[in-house]
Amino acid sequence: MLDDFLMRAALAGVGVSLAAAPLGCFIVWRRMAYFGDATAHAAMLGVALSLTLSTPIFAGVLMISLLMAVTVSTLSGRGYAMDTLLGVMAHSALAVGLVAVSFLSGVRIDLMAYLFGDILAVGKTDLAVIWGGAALVLVMIGYRWSALLLSTLSPDLTLASGISPRREQLVLTIALAIVVAVAIKVVGVLLIAAMLIIPAATARRFSRTPEAMAVMAAIIGVCANIAGLALSYHFDSPTGPTIVCVVAFLFVALNVVNAVFRRTNRQLSNGQNVA
Amino acid sequence: MLIQAHNLSVQIGKNRILKNIDLQVDRGQIVTVIGPNGSGKSTLLKTLIGALQPSEGEIIRAPGLSIGYVPQRLHIDETLPMTVQRFLQLPNRASTDAIRETMAQAGLPELLRQQLMSLSGGQLQRVLLARALLEKPDLLLLDEPTQGLDRRGTADFYRQIEQIRQSLNCGVIMVSHDLQVVMRRSEWVICLNGHVCCEGKPELVSSSAEYRALFGFDEDDESLALYSHRGHYQGSGDIREAG
Repeated sequence: MLDDFLMRAALAGVGVSLAAAPLGCFIVWRRMAYFGDATAHAAMLGVALSLTLSTPIFAGVLMISLLMAVTVSTLSGRGYAMDTLLGVMAHSALAVGLVAVSFLSGVRIDLMAYLFGDILAVGKTDLAVIWGGAALVLVMIGYRWSALLLSTLSPDLTLASGISPRREQLVLTIALAIVVAVAIKVVGVLLIAAMLIIPAATARRFSRTPEAMAVMAAIIGVCANIAGLALSYHFDSPTGPTIVCVVAFLFVALNVVNAVFRRTNRQLSNGQNVA
Repeated sequence: MLIQAHNLSVQIGKNRILKNIDLQVDRGQIVTVIGPNGSGKSTLLKTLIGALQPSEGEIIRAPGLSIGYVPQRLHIDETLPMTVQRFLQLPNRASTDAIRETMAQAGLPELLRQQLMSLSGGQLQRVLLARALLEKPDLLLLDEPTQGLDRRGTADFYRQIEQIRQSLNCGVIMVSHDLQVVMRRSEWVICLNGHVCCEGKPELVSSSAEYRALFGFDEDDESLALYSHRGHYQGSGDIREAG
């Protein structure tokens, strides 16, 4: 089964979607969207580092993403606004990474593969790394779920319950670095944030509890991955961007359906009132 | 002793918000902290729960002390869907029976399935109280719990606090800027303005010169009317009947 490249691609996409869903919800709830984007951009520097040192891409990206996330968390609130700091660091890291990669001689590098992903080239080892990372993220977030939710709502209430909000923040930071590192092969540096944020944002309108929102985000992500893969195969379009197109389409379509549905409901109840 | 602050000072940036505070709460005791706006009341509570570090002095907690904290307000981001039922069980799960019992204790009607965001200010306050009670805390910290309540509501609320204290045998620290109604059941009132201006039993504090100066109760002032009104209110037995 794993010998078929389409099957491997589908499994890789599903693995990333499952891990990205609950993490993406926290990124939406905590308004960390730009933080996620910045960490992903910095991953390009990790790619350059891995190629220079001939280590696995996963390791280099994980290290740089972690470094980036921790640096931003530490520096924020010391004279710079968070978004300014992220803008400086994210784009610098991306630019330095791109320049560094161009200096590497003797290696033929397909830059597009890192920027937009290369899901069709996922091998069995990649698949193991992706599912291993995804499982680790799910276990981390699942284990700390309630504490993470409480610290998202109010750091003071968290402290009063004897839980450190800083530690919960660290859990999310590490989870984000892992997701970036495993998703780079699937959707690439530039589109990782889309896989985190759009499924969660789409799920919001249809959820009454945080748990429902995370599950729904996972379903949307998995569907978009499979549909995107099929479409890209059919139209011979780049796979990563096609997946993001599908998830963006779902966001718009479900919101429109929801708005129309509500309006019809309101008109119906108004009509009843008149009658 | 549940919690004790010893010569506590707190500095935020260059501003010294609290200076040399001593405070002690025992089991079953209600301590009311009153002071004008900006006197450091919320800072004191935040330091007691550990959200702020003292710059001087120390806080001693009884071993294994569980704290129920009811903040002044809670901002809920609209991106986070959250029912009352789910919120009450953060961070620990509770049985449905325990939840219903606590809801009644906090004086809440059936609204478990409602979204937190759709609640009124008063309802949210009570949900926060219910959440704190669910853990059966040793010490209950209330930040301006009667803000936005009318007199009737305040009296009802204090009656509930009195019942809660008796059923849980917990200590209570209550912060208020409400000068007119200090809970008569308080064992101890601390009058705060950066430092402790005066402290003692409620009757003693309300008649002390420092307290009256702090809140501008000049003998010739028209606000004296307010003061006597307060006396009338407390004399009506509304609160005395409590518990």
